[in-house]
Amino acid sequence: MKEIKFTIDGKECKGKNGQTIVEAAKDNGVYIPTLCHFEGLKPAGTCRICTVKVGGRNMAACTTPITEGMMVENNILELEDMRKAIIEMLFVEGNHMCPTCEKSGNCELQALAYRYGMMAPRFPYMWPIRQVDATIPKIYLDRNRCVQCLRCVRGITTKDGRHIFGLINRGGKTMIHVDDELAADITERQAAKAMEMCPVGAILKKEVGFVVPIGKRKFDTKPIGSEIQK
Amino acid sequence: MARKITIEPVTRVEGHGKVTIQIDDQGNVADSRFHIVEFRGFERFVQGRPYWEAPVLVQRLCGICPVSHHLAAAKAMDVIVGAGTGDGLTPTGEKMRRIMHYGQMFQSHSLHFFHLVSPDLLFGIDADPAIRNVIGVALKHKDLAVQGVMMRKFGQELILATAGKKIHGTGAIPGGINKCMSKEERDSFLKGADPMNIDKMIDWAQGAVDFFKDYHKKNREFIDNFAVFPSSHLSLVRKDGALDFYHGVLRAVDADGKKILNDVDYQDYLTHVGEEVKSWSYMKFPYLKSIGKKDGWYTVGPLARLNTCDFIPSPKAQKEFEIYRAYTNGKPNNMSMHMHWARLIEILHAAEALKELLNDPDILKDNLVVKGKKKSEGVGLVEAPRGTLFHHYRINEHDQIVMANLIVSTTNNNEPMNRAVNFVAKSNMNGQKEITEGMMNAVEVAIRCYDPCLSCATHALGKMPLEISIVDGGGSLLDVKRK
Repeated sequence: MKEIKFTIDGKECKGKNGQTIVEAAKDNGVYIPTLCHFEGLKPAGTCRICTVKVGGRNMAACTTPITEGMMVENNILELEDMRKAIIEMLFVEGNHMCPTCEKSGNCELQALAYRYGMMAPRFPYMWPIRQVDATIPKIYLDRNRCVQCLRCVRGITTKDGRHIFGLINRGGKTMIHVDDELAADITERQAAKAMEMCPVGAILKKEVGFVVPIGKRKFDTKPIGSEIQK
Repeated sequence: MARKITIEPVTRVEGHGKVTIQIDDQGNVADSRFHIVEFRGFERFVQGRPYWEAPVLVQRLCGICPVSHHLAAAKAMDVIVGAGTGDGLTPTGEKMRRIMHYGQMFQSHSLHFFHLVSPDLLFGIDADPAIRNVIGVALKHKDLAVQGVMMRKFGQELILATAGKKIHGTGAIPGGINKCMSKEERDSFLKGADPMNIDKMIDWAQGAVDFFKDYHKKNREFIDNFAVFPSSHLSLVRKDGALDFYHGVLRAVDADGKKILNDVDYQDYLTHVGEEVKSWSYMKFPYLKSIGKKDGWYTVGPLARLNTCDFIPSPKAQKEFEIYRAYTNGKPNNMSMHMHWARLIEILHAAEALKELLNDPDILKDNLVVKGKKKSEGVGLVEAPRGTLFHHYRINEHDQIVMANLIVSTTNNNEPMNRAVNFVAKSNMNGQKEITEGMMNAVEVAIRCYDPCLSCATHALGKMPLEISIVDGGGSLLDVKRK
């Protein structure tokens, strides 16, 4: 496969033809934050946390392929602040109560907020009224915490490829919905996978809360991205 | 001229409250009330949440003894997941929870005695408030202040090792616990460098009991006659009558020691305990249904526990318990200031019990959770530092909580605290031309005996069974309206 040379913040990197900036950056030990991106799923580019500058233009690093000689700007003040602003917007747009959320310590949104030093959001809280759906077998769907990354929509399907999760409504009223018929046959494994895939605490597997003790959770000891950053 | 005295805020207690005292034309106390002026509402906003979230969610109502709420909710959820009614857990699950709870009892009682109460004892209740505080204690009685800090720290470290965090951990889950203890953690408590080891804590706890006994000897008049009034007492006791902070049956005795609630299963608490609402406080007034609203009130907490239990299952604390009980000839102790004595004996017992638990190999094993046939309703009780704590939940077929009822320790003590306030207000203020700061602090001292946590105590919202009685000028009842 053709090798592609490019730079991130001046660091010379090598990638493979067809790789996105996020994938190639990871192979070169450079962390570009992501939230809607999930390895193995087709990129959606919905959250824009991964925004980088290429030739002065803002690009979503999870959907943009690398090209020969590409010069990517990643860790610059302007982008850092923009990413922090996106995290803050996601917090004020939903109802995120970290102290009692089961995903706390394993939550990517919370981990990003810690990494970017979010103390309090610069935007006013919107306190939206969102519905919880507890009627789904094996899954507790708490839309208060949903960031609409679409990971569940893209990743959780039936054996014949039909989507169990989907979006309904439009604009500010858009929300994740579950196909009742398909969800009736959801397996334990699919429920566990859906919870793992969800970057926040919107999808919880029923009846197994808080089994991982504090100290052993994903981001208890190392900040998000430290497994990539060299 | 008639006037009203307001003490606001009441200091050196957890939360926000105030006292009002009505003085009549003759300068005598006509009435007094202890108002809780903050509102929390957890009973309402836990509704709709999944049941397994309750132990982590409801503990947020307090930062002083969240472990009590964490465990009471977890015990209720044990019932819901079919893990028995408090005694069906694995040995590791129960013993880790006990360490968490006894560690909390140790730290909370230490905080109360050394930081909140000792200024009144060391400097006198009418001393200059500029000195009569924890900083004053630190400056003048450094060793005692340091002891208080280190004892609290030891208890907090035990909570960290069992719950994952010193405050608001996640250790107890429905059906058990999410971690066992490592050998390193256990050894740090058994053999930690001086003073952070369990033997030193037992010594210090014994020292604190001795300090109080000595103080009592020198101040018998004050300690034995301050806010004394007959009361019933309620607590959990182990099935064999032993003092137990974590689990047992409900027992109540009247002021003469007669059993008025005879070791009943707390899953049926609603058969025995009711709650009354009064318009002037956010805090409800619990009572024993068999006796009725007027006289069915009772005291909970250290004094009540030592009045209801038959013995303490650890040698040093049992020895002190015998001295304590002999002082009232085996009858219930109704002297409010003796609550501090009882609390210190409990610290000693907690330390001794912790040593036994820490030496138990079960806490190192990894059989953590049991589950059985699911139920839709569960009640969990523990003896929190401030007294009996009730948690009651109902869930629907989708695992959501649809009803929560919390009767918090401080709520149980609502009537006794009001009586203590009234007693002290009358004995100190009746006929006095000038009401001094010392007299008002005496009222606070009475409240402090109960170590109230006002933040914990106010939760019902929207559906309070409000009753309004309409009386004529002569006090005759004209009508009763209920909501």
